[in-house]
Amino acid sequence: MLSFDELVEFVRGHSRNGEPTRDESSTPKAVRISTADLVNVCQNLHQNERTYFDMLSCITALDNGPEPNTMEMIYNLYSIPYNHHLTIKVSLSRANPEIPTVTHIWKTADWHEREAFDMFGINFIGHPDLRRILMPADWQGFPLRKDYKQQEYYRNIKLDY
Amino acid sequence: MPTTVQYKYHPSNLSQSEPNKLKAENLRSEEMIINLGPQHPSTHGVLRLEVLMDGEIIREVVPHIGYLHRCFEKHAENLPYNQVIPFVDRLDYVAAMNCEHIYAIGVERMLGIADQIPKRVEYIRVLMAELNRIASHFIAIGTYGMDIGAFTPFFWLMKDREHIMRLLEWASGSRLLYNYMWIGGLFYDLPVGFEERCKEFLVYIKPKLKELEEILITNKIFIQRTAGVGVLPLDLAINCGVTGPVLRGSGLRFDLRKVDAYSVYPELDFEVPIGEGKMGKVGDCWDRTWVRMEEIHQSVKLVGQCLERLTSDHKRTKDFDPQALVPKKIRPKAQDFYVRGESAKGELGFFFRADGKSDIPFRCKCRSCSFVNLSVLPEISRGILIADLIAIIGTIDVVMGEVDR
Repeated sequence: MLSFDELVEFVRGHSRNGEPTRDESSTPKAVRISTADLVNVCQNLHQNERTYFDMLSCITALDNGPEPNTMEMIYNLYSIPYNHHLTIKVSLSRANPEIPTVTHIWKTADWHEREAFDMFGINFIGHPDLRRILMPADWQGFPLRKDYKQQEYYRNIKLDY
Repeated sequence: MPTTVQYKYHPSNLSQSEPNKLKAENLRSEEMIINLGPQHPSTHGVLRLEVLMDGEIIREVVPHIGYLHRCFEKHAENLPYNQVIPFVDRLDYVAAMNCEHIYAIGVERMLGIADQIPKRVEYIRVLMAELNRIASHFIAIGTYGMDIGAFTPFFWLMKDREHIMRLLEWASGSRLLYNYMWIGGLFYDLPVGFEERCKEFLVYIKPKLKELEEILITNKIFIQRTAGVGVLPLDLAINCGVTGPVLRGSGLRFDLRKVDAYSVYPELDFEVPIGEGKMGKVGDCWDRTWVRMEEIHQSVKLVGQCLERLTSDHKRTKDFDPQALVPKKIRPKAQDFYVRGESAKGELGFFFRADGKSDIPFRCKCRSCSFVNLSVLPEISRGILIADLIAIIGTIDVVMGEVDR
Protein backbone atom coordinates (compact mmCIF):
# COMPACT_ATOMS: atom_id res chain seq x y z
CA MET A 1 0.00 0.00 0.00
CA LEU A 2 1.43 3.32 -1.05
CA SER A 3 1.05 6.48 0.99
CA PHE A 4 -0.49 9.59 -0.51
CA ASP A 5 2.96 11.19 -0.90
CA GLU A 6 4.21 8.21 -2.88
CA LEU A 7 1.12 8.27 -5.06
CA VAL A 8 1.61 11.96 -5.78
CA GLU A 9 5.22 11.21 -6.63
CA PHE A 10 4.05 8.45 -8.97
CA VAL A 11 1.59 10.79 -10.69
CA ARG A 12 4.28 13.46 -10.98
CA GLY A 13 6.54 10.93 -12.70
CA HIS A 14 3.95 10.33 -15.39
CA SER A 15 2.84 13.92 -16.01
CA ARG A 16 4.47 15.62 -18.91
CA ASN A 17 2.26 18.68 -19.28
CA GLY A 18 2.51 20.71 -16.13
CA GLU A 19 3.13 19.94 -12.50
CA PRO A 20 0.42 18.04 -10.57
CA THR A 21 -0.79 19.83 -7.46
CA ARG A 22 -1.91 18.27 -4.19
CA ASP A 23 -5.36 18.89 -2.78
CA GLU A 24 -5.59 17.56 0.76
CA SER A 25 -8.88 19.21 1.62
CA SER A 26 -10.77 16.55 -0.24
CA THR A 27 -11.49 13.06 1.07
CA PRO A 28 -9.97 10.76 -0.25
CA LYS A 29 -6.97 13.01 -0.87
CA ALA A 30 -6.71 14.36 -4.36
CA VAL A 31 -4.17 15.32 -6.94
CA ARG A 32 -4.95 17.81 -9.67
CA ILE A 33 -3.48 17.16 -13.09
CA SER A 34 -3.83 18.69 -16.52
CA THR A 35 -6.25 17.38 -19.13
CA ALA A 36 -3.48 16.29 -21.47
CA ASP A 37 -1.96 14.03 -18.82
CA LEU A 38 -5.16 12.31 -17.81
CA VAL A 39 -5.02 9.22 -20.00
CA ASN A 40 -1.33 8.59 -19.46
CA VAL A 41 -1.59 8.95 -15.69
CA CYS A 42 -4.72 6.79 -15.47
CA GLN A 43 -3.19 4.13 -17.69
CA ASN A 44 -0.14 3.90 -15.47
CA LEU A 45 -2.13 3.98 -12.23
CA HIS A 46 -4.23 1.15 -13.59
CA GLN A 47 -1.43 -0.99 -15.02
CA ASN A 48 1.46 -0.49 -12.62
CA GLU A 49 1.58 -3.30 -10.10
CA ARG A 50 2.55 -0.96 -7.26
CA THR A 51 -0.53 1.21 -7.65
CA TYR A 52 -3.00 -1.17 -9.34
CA PHE A 53 -6.11 0.99 -9.25
CA ASP A 54 -8.38 -1.65 -10.70
CA MET A 55 -11.65 -0.02 -9.70
CA LEU A 56 -12.98 3.33 -10.82
CA SER A 57 -15.52 4.03 -8.09
CA CYS A 58 -17.06 7.21 -9.34
CA ILE A 59 -16.73 9.95 -11.90
CA THR A 60 -18.20 13.28 -10.97
CA ALA A 61 -18.56 16.21 -13.29
CA LEU A 62 -18.92 19.58 -11.69
CA ASP A 63 -19.71 23.06 -12.90
CA ASN A 64 -18.21 25.93 -10.97
CA GLY A 65 -20.52 28.44 -12.58
CA PRO A 66 -19.92 31.39 -14.88
CA GLU A 67 -17.84 33.26 -12.30
CA PRO A 68 -14.65 31.12 -12.23
CA ASN A 69 -15.78 29.87 -15.64
CA THR A 70 -14.41 26.36 -15.14
CA MET A 71 -15.71 22.84 -14.97
CA GLU A 72 -14.12 19.92 -13.21
CA MET A 73 -13.97 16.20 -13.63
CA ILE A 74 -13.31 14.20 -10.50
CA TYR A 75 -12.25 10.56 -10.65
CA ASN A 76 -12.41 8.45 -7.51
CA LEU A 77 -10.01 5.57 -7.90
CA TYR A 78 -9.77 2.59 -5.60
CA SER A 79 -7.45 -0.38 -5.53
CA ILE A 80 -9.06 -3.56 -4.26
CA PRO A 81 -5.86 -5.54 -3.48
CA TYR A 82 -4.01 -2.62 -1.83
CA ASN A 83 -7.06 -0.90 -0.34
CA HIS A 84 -5.89 2.59 -1.18
CA HIS A 85 -7.78 5.52 -2.62
CA LEU A 86 -6.86 8.39 -4.86
CA THR A 87 -8.93 11.20 -6.27
CA ILE A 88 -7.87 12.76 -9.54
CA LYS A 89 -9.17 16.18 -10.45
CA VAL A 90 -9.04 17.82 -13.82
CA SER A 91 -10.14 21.36 -14.64
CA LEU A 92 -11.79 22.17 -17.94
CA SER A 93 -12.65 25.39 -19.66
CA ARG A 94 -16.35 26.10 -19.53
CA ALA A 95 -16.53 27.50 -23.05
CA ASN A 96 -15.30 24.33 -24.69
CA PRO A 97 -15.32 21.46 -22.20
CA GLU A 98 -13.34 18.63 -23.76
CA ILE A 99 -11.53 15.77 -22.12
CA PRO A 100 -10.18 12.45 -23.39
CA THR A 101 -12.16 9.39 -22.42
CA VAL A 102 -10.92 6.69 -20.04
CA THR A 103 -13.37 4.02 -21.22
CA HIS A 104 -10.57 1.93 -22.71
CA ILE A 105 -9.00 1.70 -19.25
CA TRP A 106 -12.10 1.16 -17.13
CA LYS A 107 -15.26 0.03 -18.88
CA THR A 108 -17.33 1.47 -16.05
CA ALA A 109 -16.39 4.95 -17.27
CA ASP A 110 -18.68 4.45 -20.26
CA TRP A 111 -21.98 5.26 -18.58
CA HIS A 112 -20.48 7.71 -16.11
CA GLU A 113 -19.08 9.74 -18.99
CA ARG A 114 -22.33 9.56 -20.87
CA GLU A 115 -24.04 10.94 -17.81
CA ALA A 116 -21.52 13.78 -17.55
CA PHE A 117 -22.13 14.55 -21.23
CA ASP A 118 -25.88 14.47 -20.66
CA MET A 119 -25.88 16.75 -17.63
CA PHE A 120 -22.95 19.09 -18.35
CA GLY A 121 -22.28 18.87 -22.06
CA ILE A 122 -18.71 17.74 -21.57
CA ASN A 123 -17.33 16.23 -24.75
CA PHE A 124 -15.35 13.03 -24.18
CA ILE A 125 -12.94 12.63 -27.04
CA GLY A 126 -12.76 9.03 -28.20
CA HIS A 127 -15.83 7.83 -26.33
CA PRO A 128 -17.37 4.95 -28.31
CA ASP A 129 -21.02 5.85 -27.80
CA LEU A 130 -21.55 9.40 -26.59
CA ARG A 131 -25.33 9.84 -26.42
CA ARG A 132 -27.62 11.28 -23.79
CA ILE A 133 -28.39 8.69 -21.17
CA LEU A 134 -30.94 10.01 -18.69
CA MET A 135 -32.57 12.89 -20.53
CA PRO A 136 -34.46 12.46 -23.83
CA ALA A 137 -32.30 12.69 -26.91
CA ASP A 138 -34.03 15.86 -28.11
CA TRP A 139 -33.72 17.76 -24.83
CA GLN A 140 -32.10 21.18 -25.07
CA GLY A 141 -29.41 22.38 -22.73
CA PHE A 142 -27.47 20.69 -19.99
CA PRO A 143 -29.50 20.58 -16.78
CA LEU A 144 -26.81 20.53 -14.12
CA ARG A 145 -24.91 23.55 -15.39
CA LYS A 146 -25.23 26.38 -12.94
CA ASP A 147 -26.64 28.79 -15.52
CA TYR A 148 -29.14 26.31 -16.96
CA LYS A 149 -32.50 27.71 -18.03
CA GLN A 150 -35.16 25.13 -18.71
CA GLN A 151 -36.68 25.19 -22.16
CA GLU A 152 -40.24 26.52 -22.27
CA TYR A 153 -41.73 23.84 -24.46
CA TYR A 154 -40.80 20.23 -24.91
CA ARG A 155 -42.57 18.49 -27.79
CA ASN A 156 -45.35 21.07 -27.69
CA ILE A 157 -45.93 20.52 -24.00
CA LYS A 158 -45.57 23.61 -21.87
CA LEU A 159 -43.17 23.06 -19.01
CA ASP A 160 -44.49 25.40 -16.36
CA TYR A 161 -43.02 24.09 -13.14
CA MET B 1 -72.18 14.62 -38.82
CA PRO B 2 -68.83 15.96 -39.95
CA THR B 3 -65.86 14.18 -38.53
CA THR B 4 -63.34 16.47 -36.95
CA VAL B 5 -59.72 15.71 -36.48
CA GLN B 6 -59.33 15.53 -32.76
CA TYR B 7 -55.57 15.31 -32.71
CA LYS B 8 -53.13 16.91 -35.06
CA TYR B 9 -49.75 15.37 -35.47
CA HIS B 10 -47.06 17.90 -34.86
CA PRO B 11 -43.91 17.09 -36.82
CA SER B 12 -41.88 16.90 -33.63
CA ASN B 13 -44.22 14.26 -32.25
CA LEU B 14 -43.25 11.90 -35.02
CA SER B 15 -39.63 11.77 -33.96
CA GLN B 16 -38.57 9.47 -31.19
CA SER B 17 -37.40 11.05 -27.98
CA GLU B 18 -35.25 8.00 -27.31
CA PRO B 19 -34.15 6.78 -30.75
CA ASN B 20 -32.65 3.37 -31.29
CA LYS B 21 -28.91 3.16 -31.35
CA LEU B 22 -28.90 0.41 -33.94
CA LYS B 23 -30.01 1.34 -37.42
CA ALA B 24 -32.08 -1.05 -39.52
CA GLU B 25 -30.04 -0.37 -42.66
CA ASN B 26 -26.84 -1.57 -40.95
CA LEU B 27 -28.21 -5.00 -40.15
CA ARG B 28 -27.00 -8.13 -41.85
CA SER B 29 -29.53 -10.52 -43.33
CA GLU B 30 -31.41 -12.65 -40.78
CA GLU B 31 -30.81 -10.06 -38.08
CA MET B 32 -33.58 -8.10 -36.45
CA ILE B 33 -34.07 -5.58 -33.70
CA ILE B 34 -36.42 -6.50 -30.88
CA ASN B 35 -37.57 -3.95 -28.36
CA LEU B 36 -38.05 -5.11 -24.77
CA GLY B 37 -39.75 -2.74 -22.37
CA PRO B 38 -40.06 -0.17 -20.89
CA GLN B 39 -43.24 -1.79 -19.65
CA HIS B 40 -42.12 -5.35 -19.37
CA PRO B 41 -42.68 -7.22 -16.16
CA SER B 42 -39.35 -8.99 -16.09
CA THR B 43 -37.31 -5.84 -16.47
CA HIS B 44 -38.04 -4.80 -12.88
CA GLY B 45 -39.37 -1.37 -13.67
CA VAL B 46 -39.01 0.89 -16.65
CA LEU B 47 -35.95 -0.54 -18.30
CA ARG B 48 -35.96 -0.61 -22.07
CA LEU B 49 -33.68 -2.95 -23.93
CA GLU B 50 -32.98 -2.76 -27.62
CA VAL B 51 -31.86 -6.21 -28.62
CA LEU B 52 -30.19 -7.19 -31.87
CA MET B 53 -31.15 -10.78 -32.57
CA ASP B 54 -30.02 -13.42 -34.99
CA GLY B 55 -32.76 -16.00 -34.67
CA GLU B 56 -32.82 -16.63 -30.97
CA ILE B 57 -29.21 -15.64 -30.37
CA ILE B 58 -28.51 -12.19 -29.03
CA ARG B 59 -25.85 -10.21 -30.85
CA GLU B 60 -26.08 -6.94 -28.97
CA VAL B 61 -28.06 -5.43 -26.13
CA VAL B 62 -28.46 -1.68 -25.76
CA PRO B 63 -30.12 -0.57 -22.52
CA HIS B 64 -32.09 2.66 -22.62
CA ILE B 65 -32.60 4.19 -19.21
CA GLY B 66 -33.90 7.44 -17.84
CA TYR B 67 -37.63 6.75 -17.79
CA LEU B 68 -37.71 7.24 -14.03
CA HIS B 69 -35.33 10.20 -13.90
CA ARG B 70 -36.46 12.46 -11.06
CA CYS B 71 -33.55 14.90 -11.01
CA PHE B 72 -32.10 13.84 -7.66
CA GLU B 73 -28.86 15.70 -8.21
CA LYS B 74 -30.62 18.89 -9.29
CA HIS B 75 -32.92 18.76 -6.28
CA ALA B 76 -30.00 18.12 -3.97
CA GLU B 77 -28.31 21.30 -5.21
CA ASN B 78 -31.30 23.32 -4.04
CA LEU B 79 -32.01 21.81 -0.64
CA PRO B 80 -30.22 21.82 2.72
CA TYR B 81 -28.42 18.62 3.63
CA ASN B 82 -31.09 17.33 5.99
CA GLN B 83 -33.90 17.91 3.49
CA VAL B 84 -32.17 15.75 0.89
CA ILE B 85 -32.81 12.61 2.96
CA PRO B 86 -36.39 12.05 1.68
CA PHE B 87 -34.97 12.18 -1.85
CA VAL B 88 -32.28 9.70 -0.89
CA ASP B 89 -35.07 7.34 0.19
CA ARG B 90 -36.46 7.45 -3.28
CA LEU B 91 -33.23 6.27 -4.89
CA ASP B 92 -33.33 2.64 -3.94
CA TYR B 93 -36.88 2.49 -2.73
CA VAL B 94 -36.77 -1.15 -1.69
CA ALA B 95 -33.76 -0.58 0.57
CA ALA B 96 -34.29 3.03 1.63
CA MET B 97 -32.77 2.59 5.10
CA ASN B 98 -29.44 1.55 3.61
CA CYS B 99 -29.36 4.65 1.43
CA GLU B 100 -30.23 6.90 4.35
CA HIS B 101 -27.57 5.29 6.49
CA ILE B 102 -24.81 5.93 3.99
CA TYR B 103 -25.95 9.47 3.29
CA ALA B 104 -26.19 10.26 7.00
CA ILE B 105 -22.72 8.95 7.86
CA GLY B 106 -21.34 10.87 4.90
CA VAL B 107 -22.66 14.22 6.10
CA GLU B 108 -21.71 13.41 9.70
CA ARG B 109 -18.13 12.77 8.65
CA MET B 110 -18.07 16.04 6.77
CA LEU B 111 -19.29 17.83 9.88
CA GLY B 112 -16.80 15.92 12.02
CA ILE B 113 -19.42 14.54 14.40
CA ALA B 114 -19.24 10.94 13.19
CA ASP B 115 -17.38 9.71 16.28
CA GLN B 116 -19.79 11.34 18.73
CA ILE B 117 -22.90 9.47 17.60
CA PRO B 118 -24.23 7.40 20.53
CA LYS B 119 -23.78 3.65 20.22
CA ARG B 120 -27.47 3.07 20.66
CA VAL B 121 -28.20 5.21 17.63
CA GLU B 122 -25.60 3.32 15.60
CA TYR B 123 -26.99 -0.05 16.61
CA ILE B 124 -30.53 1.00 15.74
CA ARG B 125 -29.29 2.21 12.35
CA VAL B 126 -27.55 -1.07 11.61
CA LEU B 127 -30.59 -2.99 12.82
CA MET B 128 -32.85 -1.08 10.46
CA ALA B 129 -30.43 -1.29 7.56
CA GLU B 130 -30.08 -5.04 7.92
CA LEU B 131 -33.83 -5.55 8.18
CA ASN B 132 -34.21 -3.57 5.01
CA ARG B 133 -31.43 -5.54 3.33
CA ILE B 134 -33.38 -8.71 4.06
CA ALA B 135 -36.51 -7.14 2.56
CA SER B 136 -34.57 -6.06 -0.52
CA HIS B 137 -33.08 -9.51 -1.05
CA PHE B 138 -36.55 -11.02 -0.59
CA ILE B 139 -37.75 -8.92 -3.50
CA ALA B 140 -34.69 -9.80 -5.55
CA ILE B 141 -35.06 -13.55 -5.05
CA GLY B 142 -38.85 -13.57 -5.19
CA THR B 143 -39.17 -11.65 -8.44
CA TYR B 144 -36.28 -13.58 -9.88
CA GLY B 145 -38.09 -16.83 -9.22
CA MET B 146 -41.15 -15.39 -10.91
CA ASP B 147 -39.12 -14.23 -13.91
CA ILE B 148 -38.03 -17.73 -14.70
CA GLY B 149 -41.25 -19.49 -13.88
CA ALA B 150 -41.34 -20.28 -10.15
CA PHE B 151 -44.43 -18.54 -8.90
CA THR B 152 -44.84 -19.74 -5.31
CA PRO B 153 -41.69 -18.30 -3.70
CA PHE B 154 -42.74 -14.82 -4.79
CA PHE B 155 -45.89 -14.94 -2.68
CA TRP B 156 -44.09 -16.50 0.26
CA LEU B 157 -41.40 -13.85 0.20
CA MET B 158 -43.82 -10.97 -0.25
CA LYS B 159 -45.72 -12.25 2.76
CA ASP B 160 -42.55 -12.48 4.84
CA ARG B 161 -41.38 -9.10 3.62
CA GLU B 162 -44.65 -7.68 4.86
CA HIS B 163 -43.57 -8.52 8.43
CA ILE B 164 -40.44 -6.44 7.92
CA MET B 165 -42.44 -3.60 6.38
CA ARG B 166 -44.75 -3.58 9.41
CA LEU B 167 -41.79 -3.50 11.77
CA LEU B 168 -40.23 -0.61 9.90
CA GLU B 169 -43.56 1.17 9.74
CA TRP B 170 -43.92 0.78 13.47
CA ALA B 171 -40.56 2.38 14.02
CA SER B 172 -40.63 5.13 11.42
CA GLY B 173 -44.26 5.73 10.47
CA SER B 174 -44.07 4.73 6.82
CA ARG B 175 -43.74 1.50 4.93
CA LEU B 176 -41.31 2.23 2.16
CA LEU B 177 -39.79 5.71 2.33
CA TYR B 178 -38.81 6.22 5.92
CA ASN B 179 -36.87 9.46 6.52
CA TYR B 180 -35.90 7.75 9.76
CA MET B 181 -32.15 8.26 9.99
CA TRP B 182 -31.30 11.88 10.42
CA ILE B 183 -27.95 13.55 10.26
CA GLY B 184 -26.63 13.19 13.80
CA GLY B 185 -29.29 10.85 15.06
CA LEU B 186 -32.63 9.29 14.43
CA PHE B 187 -36.14 10.53 13.96
CA TYR B 188 -37.28 8.60 17.01
CA ASP B 189 -36.11 5.91 19.39
CA LEU B 190 -37.40 2.37 18.86
CA PRO B 191 -41.03 2.00 19.92
CA VAL B 192 -41.61 0.15 23.20
CA GLY B 193 -41.80 -3.57 22.56
CA PHE B 194 -40.00 -3.40 19.20
CA GLU B 195 -37.07 -5.52 20.31
CA GLU B 196 -39.31 -8.35 21.50
CA ARG B 197 -41.43 -8.26 18.37
CA CYS B 198 -38.33 -8.27 16.20
CA LYS B 199 -36.94 -11.27 18.06
CA GLU B 200 -40.18 -13.12 17.40
CA PHE B 201 -39.76 -12.27 13.73
CA LEU B 202 -36.29 -13.81 13.70
CA VAL B 203 -37.65 -17.00 15.25
CA TYR B 204 -40.37 -17.02 12.62
CA ILE B 205 -38.13 -16.33 9.63
CA LYS B 206 -35.41 -18.95 10.15
CA PRO B 207 -37.48 -22.02 9.19
CA LYS B 208 -39.00 -20.00 6.35
CA LEU B 209 -35.54 -19.45 4.89
CA LYS B 210 -34.93 -23.17 5.01
CA GLU B 211 -38.18 -23.72 3.15
CA LEU B 212 -37.22 -21.13 0.56
CA GLU B 213 -33.89 -22.79 0.04
CA GLU B 214 -35.57 -26.10 -0.57
CA ILE B 215 -38.31 -24.90 -2.88
CA LEU B 216 -36.21 -22.50 -4.96
CA ILE B 217 -32.46 -22.32 -4.52
CA THR B 218 -31.62 -26.03 -4.42
CA ASN B 219 -34.55 -27.00 -6.60
CA LYS B 220 -33.42 -29.11 -9.53
CA ILE B 221 -35.43 -27.11 -12.06
CA PHE B 222 -34.04 -23.83 -10.76
CA ILE B 223 -30.48 -25.13 -10.88
CA GLN B 224 -30.87 -26.35 -14.43
CA ARG B 225 -32.30 -22.98 -15.43
CA THR B 226 -29.63 -20.81 -13.82
CA ALA B 227 -26.40 -22.78 -13.42
CA GLY B 228 -23.82 -21.83 -16.01
CA VAL B 229 -26.04 -19.04 -17.38
CA GLY B 230 -24.81 -15.46 -17.58
CA VAL B 231 -21.31 -16.08 -16.32
CA LEU B 232 -19.65 -12.83 -15.25
CA PRO B 233 -15.86 -13.29 -15.05
CA LEU B 234 -14.19 -11.55 -12.13
CA ASP B 235 -11.80 -9.36 -14.11
CA LEU B 236 -14.65 -8.05 -16.25
CA ALA B 237 -16.75 -7.44 -13.14
CA ILE B 238 -14.04 -5.32 -11.51
CA ASN B 239 -13.29 -3.45 -14.71
CA CYS B 240 -16.97 -2.62 -15.06
CA GLY B 241 -17.09 -1.39 -11.47
CA VAL B 242 -19.64 -3.98 -10.42
CA THR B 243 -20.12 -4.29 -6.66
CA GLY B 244 -22.34 -5.99 -4.15
CA PRO B 245 -23.81 -9.49 -4.48
CA VAL B 246 -23.07 -9.49 -8.22
CA LEU B 247 -19.33 -9.02 -7.60
CA ARG B 248 -19.33 -11.48 -4.72
CA GLY B 249 -21.15 -13.96 -6.93
CA SER B 250 -18.14 -13.77 -9.23
CA GLY B 251 -15.97 -14.98 -6.39
CA LEU B 252 -14.39 -11.94 -4.75
CA ARG B 253 -14.80 -11.57 -1.00
CA PHE B 254 -15.36 -7.83 -1.08
CA ASP B 255 -17.88 -6.25 1.21
CA LEU B 256 -17.56 -2.61 2.24
CA ARG B 257 -19.01 -3.44 5.63
CA LYS B 258 -15.81 -5.41 6.22
CA VAL B 259 -13.39 -3.40 4.09
CA ASP B 260 -14.30 0.07 5.33
CA ALA B 261 -15.64 -1.15 8.68
CA TYR B 262 -17.94 1.81 9.08
CA SER B 263 -20.61 2.32 11.76
CA VAL B 264 -20.64 -0.56 14.30
CA TYR B 265 -20.01 -3.33 11.77
CA PRO B 266 -16.52 -4.12 13.16
CA GLU B 267 -18.14 -4.96 16.51
CA LEU B 268 -20.52 -7.44 14.92
CA ASP B 269 -19.79 -10.93 13.76
CA PHE B 270 -20.78 -11.93 10.25
CA GLU B 271 -19.39 -13.68 7.21
CA VAL B 272 -19.14 -12.54 3.61
CA PRO B 273 -20.46 -15.27 1.33
CA ILE B 274 -19.05 -15.62 -2.17
CA GLY B 275 -20.00 -17.61 -5.23
CA GLU B 276 -18.02 -20.81 -5.59
CA GLY B 277 -19.45 -22.28 -8.74
CA LYS B 278 -21.09 -25.11 -6.83
CA MET B 279 -23.67 -25.83 -9.50
CA GLY B 280 -22.05 -24.49 -12.64
CA LYS B 281 -19.34 -21.92 -13.16
CA VAL B 282 -18.23 -19.21 -10.74
CA GLY B 283 -20.22 -16.05 -11.41
CA ASP B 284 -23.29 -17.59 -12.98
CA CYS B 285 -26.88 -16.70 -12.16
CA TRP B 286 -27.18 -19.43 -9.57
CA ASP B 287 -24.14 -18.15 -7.69
CA ARG B 288 -25.52 -14.64 -7.53
CA THR B 289 -28.86 -15.85 -6.21
CA TRP B 290 -27.13 -18.11 -3.73
CA VAL B 291 -24.99 -15.23 -2.46
CA ARG B 292 -28.17 -13.22 -1.83
CA MET B 293 -29.68 -16.15 0.00
CA GLU B 294 -26.61 -16.51 2.20
CA GLU B 295 -26.58 -12.77 2.83
CA ILE B 296 -30.09 -13.01 4.21
CA HIS B 297 -28.79 -15.56 6.72
CA GLN B 298 -25.95 -13.20 7.65
CA SER B 299 -28.32 -10.26 7.97
CA VAL B 300 -30.57 -12.30 10.25
CA LYS B 301 -27.49 -12.98 12.35
CA LEU B 302 -26.63 -9.28 12.41
CA VAL B 303 -30.16 -8.28 13.40
CA GLY B 304 -30.02 -10.79 16.26
CA GLN B 305 -26.72 -9.37 17.50
CA CYS B 306 -27.98 -5.79 17.29
CA LEU B 307 -31.08 -6.71 19.27
CA GLU B 308 -28.93 -8.36 21.88
CA ARG B 309 -26.79 -5.23 22.32
CA LEU B 310 -29.86 -3.00 22.29
CA THR B 311 -31.36 -4.93 25.19
CA SER B 312 -28.16 -5.28 27.23
CA ASP B 313 -25.30 -2.75 26.91
CA HIS B 314 -27.22 -0.03 25.13
CA LYS B 315 -30.60 -0.44 26.74
CA ARG B 316 -33.48 1.96 26.37
CA THR B 317 -33.28 4.68 29.00
CA LYS B 318 -35.78 7.37 29.86
CA ASP B 319 -33.48 10.30 29.18
CA PHE B 320 -32.11 8.95 25.88
CA ASP B 321 -32.75 11.42 23.11
CA PRO B 322 -31.90 10.13 19.62
CA GLN B 323 -32.10 13.71 18.30
CA ALA B 324 -29.70 15.14 20.88
CA LEU B 325 -26.85 15.48 18.39
CA VAL B 326 -28.89 16.55 15.39
CA PRO B 327 -27.26 19.83 14.40
CA LYS B 328 -29.44 22.92 14.16
CA LYS B 329 -27.43 24.20 11.26
CA ILE B 330 -25.64 21.85 8.90
CA ARG B 331 -22.79 23.76 7.38
CA PRO B 332 -19.70 21.65 6.63
CA LYS B 333 -16.47 23.48 5.96
CA ALA B 334 -15.40 23.79 2.34
CA GLN B 335 -14.29 20.39 1.08
CA ASP B 336 -14.84 17.59 -1.38
CA PHE B 337 -16.01 14.39 0.16
CA TYR B 338 -16.67 10.96 -1.27
CA VAL B 339 -18.45 8.54 1.05
CA ARG B 340 -19.31 4.97 0.18
CA GLY B 341 -21.06 2.13 1.90
CA GLU B 342 -22.57 -1.25 1.24
CA SER B 343 -26.17 -0.87 0.20
CA ALA B 344 -28.29 -3.92 -0.57
CA LYS B 345 -27.22 -3.80 -4.23
CA GLY B 346 -23.57 -2.82 -3.86
CA GLU B 347 -21.40 0.20 -3.34
CA LEU B 348 -23.55 3.27 -2.90
CA GLY B 349 -21.48 6.41 -2.93
CA PHE B 350 -22.15 10.09 -2.54
CA PHE B 351 -19.78 12.76 -3.71
CA PHE B 352 -20.28 16.11 -2.00
CA ARG B 353 -18.74 19.44 -2.63
CA ALA B 354 -19.40 21.84 0.20
CA ASP B 355 -18.53 25.48 -0.34
CA GLY B 356 -18.43 26.33 3.38
CA LYS B 357 -20.77 29.28 2.91
CA SER B 358 -24.19 27.67 2.68
CA ASP B 359 -26.25 24.81 4.10
CA ILE B 360 -26.83 23.50 0.62
CA PRO B 361 -24.43 21.12 -1.12
CA PHE B 362 -22.74 22.80 -4.08
CA ARG B 363 -22.78 19.43 -5.82
CA CYS B 364 -24.13 16.11 -4.66
CA LYS B 365 -23.43 13.23 -6.99
CA CYS B 366 -24.88 9.82 -6.34
CA ARG B 367 -22.80 6.88 -7.47
CA SER B 368 -25.56 4.35 -7.58
CA CYS B 369 -24.81 0.67 -7.55
CA SER B 370 -27.70 -0.40 -9.79
CA PHE B 371 -26.60 2.08 -12.47
CA VAL B 372 -23.09 0.67 -12.61
CA ASN B 373 -24.20 -2.95 -12.24
CA LEU B 374 -26.63 -2.57 -15.11
CA SER B 375 -23.88 -1.31 -17.41
CA VAL B 376 -22.35 -4.79 -17.36
CA LEU B 377 -25.44 -6.28 -19.01
CA PRO B 378 -24.36 -5.73 -22.65
CA GLU B 379 -20.99 -7.29 -21.87
CA ILE B 380 -22.34 -10.60 -20.58
CA SER B 381 -25.31 -11.02 -22.87
CA ARG B 382 -23.63 -11.33 -26.27
CA GLY B 383 -24.16 -14.69 -27.87
CA ILE B 384 -26.74 -16.01 -25.43
CA LEU B 385 -30.35 -16.98 -25.93
CA ILE B 386 -33.06 -14.39 -25.40
CA ALA B 387 -34.66 -16.38 -22.60
CA ASP B 388 -31.36 -16.25 -20.73
CA LEU B 389 -31.33 -12.46 -21.01
CA ILE B 390 -34.36 -12.33 -18.73
CA ALA B 391 -32.61 -14.70 -16.35
CA ILE B 392 -29.57 -12.41 -16.25
CA ILE B 393 -31.47 -9.17 -15.66
CA GLY B 394 -33.12 -10.73 -12.64
CA THR B 395 -29.84 -11.61 -10.96
CA ILE B 396 -28.29 -8.22 -11.54
CA ASP B 397 -31.18 -6.99 -9.39
CA VAL B 398 -31.60 -3.43 -10.60
CA VAL B 399 -34.00 -0.99 -9.05
CA MET B 400 -34.83 1.57 -11.67
CA GLY B 401 -35.31 4.32 -9.09
CA GLU B 402 -31.64 4.04 -8.37
CA VAL B 403 -30.51 3.62 -11.96
CA ASP B 404 -32.28 6.76 -13.13
CA ARG B 405 -32.15 8.75 -9.88
